[in-house]
Amino acid sequence: MNQTTHGALSFRCLTTVWILLLVLTGITVGVSHLDLGAINIWAALGIATLKASLVVFYFMHLKHEPRLLVICLFIALLTLAAFIGLTFLDVLYR
Amino acid sequence: MTTQRDAFGARLGMWLFLFSELLLFGGLFLLYAVYLARYPSEFAAGGQQLDTLLGTGNTLLLITSSLTVALALSALQQGRRQLCQMLLCATILASLLFLTIKGIEWQAKFGHGLFPGGAELETLPAGQQIFFSLYFVTTGLHGLHVLIGAALLLWTLGLTRKGLVSAENPVMLENSALYWHLVDLIWIFIFPLYYLLL
Repeated sequence: MNQTTHGALSFRCLTTVWILLLVLTGITVGVSHLDLGAINIWAALGIATLKASLVVFYFMHLKHEPRLLVICLFIALLTLAAFIGLTFLDVLYR
Repeated sequence: MTTQRDAFGARLGMWLFLFSELLLFGGLFLLYAVYLARYPSEFAAGGQQLDTLLGTGNTLLLITSSLTVALALSALQQGRRQLCQMLLCATILASLLFLTIKGIEWQAKFGHGLFPGGAELETLPAGQQIFFSLYFVTTGLHGLHVLIGAALLLWTLGLTRKGLVSAENPVMLENSALYWHLVDLIWIFIFPLYYLLL
């Protein structure tokens, strides 16, 4: 067994991430009550991305996985971004 | 005879599967984005009809269940099997609560004739019809994932009780936990896009 299992994350670390996630949920609900126009949707997406990164890097242990997995994740995200970007190049400029 | 295990290979396989799930839901989010750009006010009107309180409650449930399953894995790796099983039970309980709340929400919408093909829905403007169709498809597909995730965790709980999943061989718990976190991840995006839309 070489480098197959990573060490257990401490309960303290996981609980801290959970508290951060709760705080960010509170912020996203709070921001949704302010009328900021187009900024609302970008704020919502930004906070959601931040929450998602916390889940991916800590709860899903990506921080302690080999670099290969991180690269794979970014390729998947870039593929999704390309889909969305290219679709909008079409629908926005019809 | 010794069994060769490749724990990293098993996790890599799970991650590759999760990427395909990401693109599956990505397609639905793409549809959402395109129609939001076309019908911003109708989407806002649709979003205001969703129950923010129930949506927030479900968000807290999923985040907390993500924590309990992550703690369960740590507990298993530290050899605390009893604690691991309790945390798994808590996670499964949270998933059932999530589905119950989702059911209450859907029932209220159905009661108002708001369901695909429903009489009330057909009278709404086109943008709102699209909003509710996407809402039902996305939360329905997500709900199905919650159900599958809960079943996986229940199975893992059984294997842990038998000692087949242990500190030496945690792959099954690692991978079902990864799946459960994905369910949480998808909801993290569904929640603000559908429930908090202004």
